[in-house]
Amino acid sequence: MKGKEGTWRLAWLATAIVLGLAGYAIFFVAPPELRQGNVYRIFFFHVAIAWGAFLAFFISFFGCIGYLASRQQEWDWLAVSTAEVGLAFTTITLIIGSIWGKEIWGVWWTWDPRLTTAFFLELLYISYLMLRVMIVEPDRRAMVSGVFGIFAFLDVPLCYFSIVWWRTLHPQPIIGGAPGTGLDPRMWYVFLFVLVGITALMVVMIRERYRLEALRRQVGVLAAELEERAAPDESKGVTA
Amino acid sequence: MTGFWYILSAYLAAWAIFFFYSATVGRRLTRLEAEFRRLKERAARD
Repeated sequence: MKGKEGTWRLAWLATAIVLGLAGYAIFFVAPPELRQGNVYRIFFFHVAIAWGAFLAFFISFFGCIGYLASRQQEWDWLAVSTAEVGLAFTTITLIIGSIWGKEIWGVWWTWDPRLTTAFFLELLYISYLMLRVMIVEPDRRAMVSGVFGIFAFLDVPLCYFSIVWWRTLHPQPIIGGAPGTGLDPRMWYVFLFVLVGITALMVVMIRERYRLEALRRQVGVLAAELEERAAPDESKGVTA
Repeated sequence: MTGFWYILSAYLAAWAIFFFYSATVGRRLTRLEAEFRRLKERAARD
């Protein structure tokens, strides 16, 4: 157990170092962009964090399916942990995207298909977490939120492909986009570095959140045991 | 550097939310760990 904790502490440390270096690379290694100048540097963490959010929601989707198929609580813990981390990542994506939009578009927000579907994604996962708060019984909570989690995930591909399917203000994909688009090799290296750092951050955050869910279960079991032990004594007290 | 304040504010906003979220998870964990310890002590006593 101690060894495992030590490994996770090392993982946190390694993540912090990679992200620190990534921050340096964003500001000082990546060259300026031809049309946007320096503001494009927001792209590095905006895209990487959005990727982290999508990945987290994807794992949450599997957690929901896993629970509904097996009825094992561990799948539900995974689903809620990843949904919450994904929600934090989506919030950041929306905020920093809006800061970029203010400089490039001149407005903080516009009801563009990508922005709207991303905003819905935020609302859907807030609803998912609120739904869980409202249901006390663990199995029922896991089942209802599992079904809702699958429904919420449907917005992820919609959000991802919105810039391909509809005419949007949001930039078209640069990575894997149309012919003639792409990144300068130095930008690529910086982007991959940031992507590795953000993915590692997502993993350590999910693990921490999962630990919370597992501990909550342990507390629940122990509290129920104590209540059960106390109950016969109480009934004895009543009959006496 | 043009647009420096936009880049800096986006960078700081991202970190502020990451830290805030990690802090809420940490606080919840600490509270639950304390509750777990309390229950274990009660179980040992009883």
